[in-house]
Amino acid sequence: MTAKEATITGTNGGSAPLAAVTPAARTALDFGNAWSYAPAPEATDHVRIQPRYELFIGGKWVAPQSGKYFDTTSPSTEQKLAEVAEADERDVDLAVKAARSGYEKYWSKLAPIERGKYVYRIARVMQEKARELSIVETMDGGKPIKESRDIDLPLAAAHFFYYAGWADKLAYAFPGQNPRPLGVAGQVIPWNFPLLMAAWKLAPALAAGNTCVLKPAETTPLSALMLAKIIEECDLPPGVVNIVTGAGATGAAVVGHPGVDKVAFTGSTDVGKRIQKALAGTNKKLTLELGGKAANIVFADAPLDQVVEGVISGIFFNQGHVCCAGSRLLVEESAFEVLLRKLKDRMATLRVGDPLDKNTDVGAINSKMQLDKIRQLVESGEQEGAERFSAPCTLPERGYWFAPTLFTGVSQSHRIAREEIFGPVLSVMTFRTPDEAIEKANNTMYGLSAGVWTDKGSKSFWVAQRLRAGVVWANTYNKFDPSSPFGGYKESGFGREGGRQGLLAYLEVD
Amino acid sequence: MARTKDKNGGASDAGQREEAAAAAFEAPARVGVRKAYKMLVGGQFIRSESGRYRQVSDPMSLGGTKENVPWASRKDVRDAVVVARGAWEGWSGRTAYNRGQILYRLAEMLEARQGELSRALERGGLDAERAAAEVAATIDRTVAFAGWTDKYQSLFASYNPVAGPHFNFTVPEPMGVVGVVAPARPALLGLMGAILPIIASGNVVVALASEADPRTACVLGEALATSDLPGGVINVLTGPAAELLPHLAKHMDVAALDLHGLEPGLLRKAEEAAVGSVKRVRARSLDEAAWMDAAGATSPRWIERFVELKTVWHPAGI
Repeated sequence: MTAKEATITGTNGGSAPLAAVTPAARTALDFGNAWSYAPAPEATDHVRIQPRYELFIGGKWVAPQSGKYFDTTSPSTEQKLAEVAEADERDVDLAVKAARSGYEKYWSKLAPIERGKYVYRIARVMQEKARELSIVETMDGGKPIKESRDIDLPLAAAHFFYYAGWADKLAYAFPGQNPRPLGVAGQVIPWNFPLLMAAWKLAPALAAGNTCVLKPAETTPLSALMLAKIIEECDLPPGVVNIVTGAGATGAAVVGHPGVDKVAFTGSTDVGKRIQKALAGTNKKLTLELGGKAANIVFADAPLDQVVEGVISGIFFNQGHVCCAGSRLLVEESAFEVLLRKLKDRMATLRVGDPLDKNTDVGAINSKMQLDKIRQLVESGEQEGAERFSAPCTLPERGYWFAPTLFTGVSQSHRIAREEIFGPVLSVMTFRTPDEAIEKANNTMYGLSAGVWTDKGSKSFWVAQRLRAGVVWANTYNKFDPSSPFGGYKESGFGREGGRQGLLAYLEVD
Repeated sequence: MARTKDKNGGASDAGQREEAAAAAFEAPARVGVRKAYKMLVGGQFIRSESGRYRQVSDPMSLGGTKENVPWASRKDVRDAVVVARGAWEGWSGRTAYNRGQILYRLAEMLEARQGELSRALERGGLDAERAAAEVAATIDRTVAFAGWTDKYQSLFASYNPVAGPHFNFTVPEPMGVVGVVAPARPALLGLMGAILPIIASGNVVVALASEADPRTACVLGEALATSDLPGGVINVLTGPAAELLPHLAKHMDVAALDLHGLEPGLLRKAEEAAVGSVKRVRARSLDEAAWMDAAGATSPRWIERFVELKTVWHPAGI
């Protein structure tokens, strides 16, 4: 049978004449080479990456006191992109002092509308440099260019734009509560959305009148450093934004510094708990945006073809490096077989490979360390008796890759049903009644997000009201907007980012 | 004498003017190109269909050159309402974020025309310092309302905990075409300060500019036309409010009126005419200090006056 015939068989698997002659095993789509794509790489020659980046402290580029630098590499080529300063406690101390002085000398003295205009400037220049930033984001982090270009960058700029507008409206946002800034914010962000997370942290903090010390993740520091250059270009007063690069120890120094009034952290629940403990008794304000193990609930009455797209993007978006990824698929039993077949067919068409290629759907795993963690958890899934399906795709030889994978026969006690994998791995389970779906969906220590798919509006509201999760997507998934608050229940952390509510993380109110 | 050649030139005191008048006429080395002031309606620069005009003086030129500003008619009002109504769907259908970006872009365009707008106000009778302050305040007000486009909803909307298995919420929505009568002063800040909160939520405007300084409104129109604001969202007419407002007030396609600084007789006439289509009318007289006070004049209550509230009931059940 030729590849073309296989395609026809696959899409019409249920029709009588073809089904009669087609063995069940062949019903999966097999495109062979019939649909090969020519490479469509995004040009990188106009992008300037410096060989070395210093620390951005007090409006200046400062060498680390230890003289130490570390390499940041591209996870898709394993090639070094630049070397980046490693800040230790002394550098962090300098950054916090610069932030304090920036707060006292300039930022707290500015009229709110003027503060807002500075933040608007950042949004505008980010829009102007969006393409360059998205390319660097993809090179440094491994995410597909179509995601960094169409999602990370527009959202990051929109976040600055949105919060810029709040700067002069705080009294209206919290009437009668005399909202006032906290002072210096120490912010530690993850590697999955490096620039977007920087925007989520800096924009509300600055608009509310705080100054910042931001620590980007060690595997993805470049876009935050380019943001520092933008902030420099926007003529912000010195010390208002300080960016210190480094690994866990640098982050610990930021969080633990006594001169920091507020700590904001996005990352794993493990580290989040350690930070909460370290801050106990210090009077510092804290917000945490931690892990997730979101349930994506599919009822049999849902439009299944739309569900397939939602489930696929819910778990494979950004290689599954998403805290709110729909990593537990709960399917009503009567729809299980047909949905599973459709999902496997769709997974077979996902294009995995060069993140800079405009056709790529799934890029590189962010680091060797993360790849090892994914492999380990997938192994545990196999050992515990779940059945694995991985999309048939060719993975590049160099770099860190993992084929889109799903598990069936998953029980609630399996590690792959309980632990955050943070990779392109979906655990599929079934349910019979709506109550059972709620029971299973809420059976987790996490509570960041959830999805519900049904053709019946009333059912989606009924489910949404019962899910213990900070964000519920109905007949959609992974949608973000600066005006929409995001954050978790339970061990997924506390505090919200986005919307009017997102300002509260950076304000003292009566 | 060099100064007499400078017809477009800077300020001059009365003494110099007399001296210039006394001197023999001397043709300038370069003849300045004067501007035909027009009204911005539907993104086009138009004269009044009636052909009417009013003369305003230009005290900054030697000899106090007269300039002509269109003087709108009843038909101009009706045409402008039709054009505004046509722009409503597009403007209110845009995302709030997009409206915010467009208003911010407008602030960028106003900033670039700071000098020109200031000069217009000076020619309308302000001293340089006050003119510059009014222009700066107008730009900052534009920035402030650019910020409101996607934020007032979170203040006005509500989730309503009805006693039953329903998801019930209330959201603000724009009204449609809103008629504005700008205060005499401040001519620029009063006009924009009234218009911005109305269009922020997706309404469109037909505005009657200050009669004390109509020329500045025409200059403003040039900035509006070069921003990304779609044609027809802001329509500015220069003309006699006493004559035009009653027609605006009884137009069935106008949803609301925002009236500033009207004398009681005209206000009453407008309010009576508004009854025909049950228009929402807000009328007030703010002094210049109130217009300049950013904290008060950027209150979301300015937006709230020109939105409708829609409540949606949705069952929540299996």
